[in-house]
Amino acid sequence: MTSLFTEISPEPEHGVATRRVTITVNGERKAAEIEPRLLLAHLLRQGLGLTGTHTGCDTTNCGACTVLFDGVPLKSCTMLAVQADGHEVTTIEGLATASELSPVQEGFKQEHGLQCGFCTPGMMMTATALLAENPDPTEDEVRWALSGNLCRCTGYQNIVKAVLWAAAKQRGEAVETDDGSVP
Amino acid sequence: MYPSRFGYEAPTDIDTAIGLLAEGQGEAKVLAGGQSLVPMLKLRFASPDLLVDINGLPGLDHLRVVADGSIRIGALCRHADLERSEVLVAKQPTMAAVAPLVADPLVRTRGTLVGSLCHADPQGDWASVVTALDGHVVAQGVDGRRTISIKDFVSGPFQTTLRPDEIAVEAVIPAPVGAPAGGYLKLERRVGDFATAGVAVAVETTGANVTKAGIALTGVGGSTIDASAAAESLTGGPLTAAGIERAADLAAEAARPFSDHRGSAEYKRHIVHTFVVRLLRRIAEAEEKAA
Amino acid sequence: MTAVDEIKIGGMGANRRRVEDDRFIRGRGNYVDDIVLPGMLHMEILRSPLAHARITSIDASKAWEIPGVRLVLTGEMMASRNLAWMPTLSYDTQAVLATDKVRFQGQEVAAVVADDPYIAKDACEAIVVEYEPLPPIVNPTQALAEGAPVIRDDKENQHDNVTFDWEVGDRDGTDRAFAEADVVSKISMHYPRSHPSPIECCGSIADFDRSTSKLTVYMTSQAPHIIRAAVALVAELPEHMIRIVSPDLGGGFGNKVPVYPGYVISILASILLEQPVKWIEDKTGNLISTGFGRDVYLEGELALRQDGRILGVRMHTVSDHGAFFSDAQPSKFKIGLMHSAFACYDIPAAHLTARGVYTNKAPGGVAYRCSFRVTEAMYFQERMVQAAADDLGMDQAEFRRVNLVRDDDFPHRTPFGFLTDSGQYGKCLDIGLAAIDYEGFLKAKEEAKAKGRLLGIGISTMTEPLGAGNSREYDILGIKMFDSAELRVHMTGKAILRTGAKTQGQGHETTWAQIVAHELGIPAEDITVEEGDTDTAPFGMGTYASRSTPVAGAAVAMVSRKIKAKARKLAAHLLEVSEEDVEWELGRFYVRSAPDQGVTIQECAMAAYSNMPDGMEPGLENNAYYDPPNLTWPFACYIVTVEVDPGTGVWDVLDVVAVDDCGVRINPMIVEGQIMGGLTEAYAMASMQFITFDAEGNCIGSNYMDYLLPTAWETPGFQLHEVVTPCPHHPIGAKGIGECATVGGPAAFVNAVMDALKGTGVRNIDMPLLPDRVYGAIQTGQDVSGAPPVKTGS
Repeated sequence: MTSLFTEISPEPEHGVATRRVTITVNGERKAAEIEPRLLLAHLLRQGLGLTGTHTGCDTTNCGACTVLFDGVPLKSCTMLAVQADGHEVTTIEGLATASELSPVQEGFKQEHGLQCGFCTPGMMMTATALLAENPDPTEDEVRWALSGNLCRCTGYQNIVKAVLWAAAKQRGEAVETDDGSVP
Repeated sequence: MYPSRFGYEAPTDIDTAIGLLAEGQGEAKVLAGGQSLVPMLKLRFASPDLLVDINGLPGLDHLRVVADGSIRIGALCRHADLERSEVLVAKQPTMAAVAPLVADPLVRTRGTLVGSLCHADPQGDWASVVTALDGHVVAQGVDGRRTISIKDFVSGPFQTTLRPDEIAVEAVIPAPVGAPAGGYLKLERRVGDFATAGVAVAVETTGANVTKAGIALTGVGGSTIDASAAAESLTGGPLTAAGIERAADLAAEAARPFSDHRGSAEYKRHIVHTFVVRLLRRIAEAEEKAA
Repeated sequence: MTAVDEIKIGGMGANRRRVEDDRFIRGRGNYVDDIVLPGMLHMEILRSPLAHARITSIDASKAWEIPGVRLVLTGEMMASRNLAWMPTLSYDTQAVLATDKVRFQGQEVAAVVADDPYIAKDACEAIVVEYEPLPPIVNPTQALAEGAPVIRDDKENQHDNVTFDWEVGDRDGTDRAFAEADVVSKISMHYPRSHPSPIECCGSIADFDRSTSKLTVYMTSQAPHIIRAAVALVAELPEHMIRIVSPDLGGGFGNKVPVYPGYVISILASILLEQPVKWIEDKTGNLISTGFGRDVYLEGELALRQDGRILGVRMHTVSDHGAFFSDAQPSKFKIGLMHSAFACYDIPAAHLTARGVYTNKAPGGVAYRCSFRVTEAMYFQERMVQAAADDLGMDQAEFRRVNLVRDDDFPHRTPFGFLTDSGQYGKCLDIGLAAIDYEGFLKAKEEAKAKGRLLGIGISTMTEPLGAGNSREYDILGIKMFDSAELRVHMTGKAILRTGAKTQGQGHETTWAQIVAHELGIPAEDITVEEGDTDTAPFGMGTYASRSTPVAGAAVAMVSRKIKAKARKLAAHLLEVSEEDVEWELGRFYVRSAPDQGVTIQECAMAAYSNMPDGMEPGLENNAYYDPPNLTWPFACYIVTVEVDPGTGVWDVLDVVAVDDCGVRINPMIVEGQIMGGLTEAYAMASMQFITFDAEGNCIGSNYMDYLLPTAWETPGFQLHEVVTPCPHHPIGAKGIGECATVGGPAAFVNAVMDALKGTGVRNIDMPLLPDRVYGAIQTGQDVSGAPPVKTGS
C-alpha cells in the first residue's frame, strides 16, 4: 500500500499533498486519504477492492468504468476521486440486494447480453440509470443511451434485448424466464 | 492513464476561487465537467500546478430565459441538461440540434457548455453554435465581471482570451429579434467521434426576410470558423436557391481544413458546402410550410 | 424409469443460460487487473515516439531517484541477461527492450517497476532517451524499393526487408486456364491493418517465489500452455516450475495469443525483485504495439468462361508484418491459410504467390478473429467474385450459384488442395436471398435510382477451414495442434471437466458441460468446467482461430465416451448381467431384455468408488487428447443492403441477413451471439475501423478517438438463419463458428456499397469505406486506395 489511497500507509513522502475525503459507496461511508490525481476508478478498484468497475481505454471512450454518481451515470476514469467527496457512488456491486439481483442484472443473463463480461458492468450501470428515468424506452432510446459504452463481443443486439427485458420486468409485466431447460 | 501530480482546491465561493486562480499565475486551471481536462491530464498533455474545482460554487448551474429574452447558461449547466431542455427546443432550435451530438451520453452528464467554450478545441461543437448565434461569455475575475463576445473569446487552438484569474461563469445567447430557426449538422463516423466537419446555421426572419444570420464551422481550421461573409450574404431578403448556393460557396471558402485520416481537405470543404445548403433548404422549406 | 430429457438437463441444443454470467453480472469477474498479491509492485513501459531511429543514449538516473521506484530496466540490462531479444512464434526474433534501434513507433524502450502505477509512470517520464532518426518505412512498396534502409540489420544475412516468399498451387495449370479464358477479371486492393482490440488490454502479474523456485504468471493469454513453453525457452526456467494462469479474459480475438515484451519484462523484474510485479498496458500500448491483424495487399485475377464458370484463380499477396515476424500461425504455411480462398467454389486451377515484408510498424499480422489469414482470403475471394460478376455482366447471386460446390460433390478438393467434407451451399444462398427479398430489392433499387438515390445489395458466401489442426500439417514452433479434455466424475455423479482451451467470452464453462450432458446424461449444472491453469489443465494449444469446438470440444466428447465405456462395465456389474446385455439411453444403462431394470449414470459413479467389479481400477475419470483428422468447414452466406448518400458519401445499412451452417449447434443462443459479434466487427472494418500511418511513421489509430469501434447506435440489427449440415468427422458433428461473421462479413458490406456505386466505373474502394473515400469515388469514377501513408496537411 502506498500513500496514494490509504490511511494506514507509511507517512506520505515530503511534499506530496493528500486530501481526506468521505465518499458513500454502495450505501457505505468510506473515508480515505488520497492524492488529488487519483482517478475515481482507481480508488474504487485498488483502494476499495471493488473490482467490478473496469478500465478499458485511456481516452474516455469505452465506458467500461461507468458508475452512478448521485444516481447519474458517468465514466469514473474521468473523474478525480477527490471530486466525489461528500457524494454517493453506486457501482455494479451495489445493484443487487442481499437476496435479489436487479432486473437489469437478470435481464443480461436471460437475454445473453454479455460474453466476456468486461464491458458489462458499465453497460448495466448506464441501463440502470436509463430505466430509472425512462421506464418504457424504445429500442432506439436504449441504443442511444448506451452509445457511450463500447462492446466488442455481442454486437449490442442482445444487450438491447436485455435492457428491454429488464424494463418490462420493472414495469411489472410478464417476462420470459426460460433458463434454456424448456424443451 | 495516470496524471502527474497537481494541487487541488474545491472552494465554495467564487471569490476564493478567483483568488486561487490569481495566485496560480497561469499555472492553475479551472475544473468544471472535467470531460476534456481530465483526459488531457491522464495523457499528460496538461500538467497544471493547481486545479480549482468549481463544482461546489453556488448559482452556476442555471439554464434560463431571462426577462430580455436572452438565454443564460451557467458554468455548471451540463450538456445533458441542454439535451433535455424543452426551453431550448422552443426558443433556440439551433442549440437544441447540437446538444445531443456533443460527445456521448455519459460525457454529457458531466461536461458543460461553458467548459467546452473555454477548452477552445477546434473540434468543439458548442463554439460553432454560440458563434452562429452571436453569443458572448461572462467572465469574472479580480477586477469583477466583463463580457467577451464569442468572436473575441478564442485566440487559437485551446487558447482563450480569459485572463489567468478569470472564471467563465456564464454563456449568453442573445434574444432573437425575428423568428429564430437553425440547425447543426455534424459528419461523425460514430457517436463520440470528433467532427470530420460540422456546420452551425442560425437565422432570424421577420416576415419572409432574413434579418440576421450566423454560420460557423467545426473541425475545418485551427479553431472554430466564423463564416461571417457567408452569413451576411443571406441577410436583407428571403432565402432563395441562388442565395443559399452563394452562402454555401462563401462558407466553403472560409473553411481552412486539413487533410488527415478522416478525409481530404477538399472533401471537408465539400461537406461544409453541402451542409450549409441542406440546413438552409430545411429552414426555407419549414418557412414555406408555415406560411 | 426412462431416459432424461436432453434439453431439460442442458444437453446439446439447449439454450442454456450461461454459468459464467453469475459472476460477471455481479461484478465478481476475476480479470488479471483484479488480482492483488501481497507485496505486489507495478510496472509501466516507456515507448518509442519514433518509428525508426538509432538509440544514442538512455539516461535513467532521474527515474531511479523518484521515491517508490524499485527497478528501472533498459535494453542494455536485458542484454546482459540475454533477454533483450526473444524468439517469436514464427521463428524470427523480437526485441524485448530496444538496444540498438527502435523499429516502430510505440516499441518498448525501458520499463519501470514501482510501488504504484502512477509513480511508475512518473519515472518513465523522467527517463531521457536520445534518438537519431532514420527514414521510416510504412508500406511494402517503400520496403522493397531500391536502396531502402534495412530495418532488421540486427539479423545476420538479412540484406533487405523481405521476410519470406512462398507459393502454393499449380502455376502451369493456372496459366493454361488463363490462356483459355474468355474474360480475365482483375482487381487490386489492400486489406487495411486492423486490431482485435478487446476492451480489456493485455497484462500479467509475474510472481517468482524464491522459497519454491516457482514462477507463477497470471496473464491475459488465450493459450497458457504455449506461454509456458515459451517462457521455459526464453527465461530458461524448468517447465514444471512455471505455472501460467489465465483467469477471466475480457475478450481476446487473437490479441492475447502472442508473447509480448511486457510479459517477459515483468517476469524478469519479479525474478530480480522477488516480489510480484503487475504490468497492465494501457489502450495506447495495446493498439500501437500488440498483435494486429490483416495489412495485406492483393493482386487478384479470375479466368472466366462466358457462361460464368471460373476456370482459374491467380492471387499475389504482399503482407506487411511490421518490424518483427511474430505471427502465431502454422509453421508450414508462411501466409497462413490464405490458400483456403475459393474453397466453396468448384474451380479446377489456382496459383498463389505470397511475399512477406518488414516495415516500421508493430509486429504481428495473424490475429483478430481469424483462422490464420482466412479473413483476408475470404474478403479477397468475395471481392474478386463481385468484380468478376460485374465484368461478365452477370447477376452476382447467379454467378455464385453457377460456381458453388454442389451438395453431392463432397468430399471436394478445393482449388488449392484442401479437402472439404460437407455443406449445402445452394440452400444457404437460397435462404439468404429469400430473407432479404432479393428480387424485391433489385426492383426497389431501380426505382430509387430514377430518383437519384443510391441503393446497393452485397453478398458474401464462403466456407473456411476451422479447427487447426491435424498433426500432419499443423504445428506452431513444432508443437502439434491437438487439444485435450480431462473428466473426473465424483461419487455422487457430479463432475469436473478441464480442457486445454481458454474461453474469452465464448462460454466454454456452459457449452462444454452441454457436450458431457449429451454424452453421459449428467445434468450440465452438475459439471464444473475449468480452463486456463497450466498446473491443472491438460495440454492444449489454446482458443483462437475458432478451433475450440472443433478440437477441444471433440476431446470433451471423446473423454466422455471413455467414461461411458467404463460406466457400462460398472452398470453390467451392478445389474449382474454381461456387458453385451446392457443398453444405453440418455442417463441410464438398462438390461435389454428387461428395460425396467436399469442404473443411472450417477449410480455407476457411486459404484466406481464403492462397488467395483473384481480387477477394475476404482474411480471414474479419464482424459482425451484429440488430433483432428481434418479441419471443419462451416459455410456462411451474408447479405447486406445499404443506401449511399451521393452528396456526402455517408452510407447507412438497411438490412443484414446472415445464414450460417456450422453443423450441429451445442448452444444455439451462444452461437448466435458469436455471429452477431462477428458481424459487428465486419461492419466496423467496412465502415470506420483501421490503423494507418503517416509519412513519418506515426501510428494513427493508437487510441479510441482514432481507432473507431461502432457503438450501439450505429451498429445495425441482424437477422440470423440457420442451416445444419453436420461435420462427418467431428464426434458431435459440430464445426467452428466464432469467427465466421468476421471473416465473411466485411465483403458483404463492401460489396453492397460497391453495388450502389455501380455505373460510376469504380471497382474498388479499400476498407474502411469512409465517407470521404466513397464520395471521392463517386466524383472521379476512380478506385480509392487506403494504403499508408495517409495524406496529411492543408
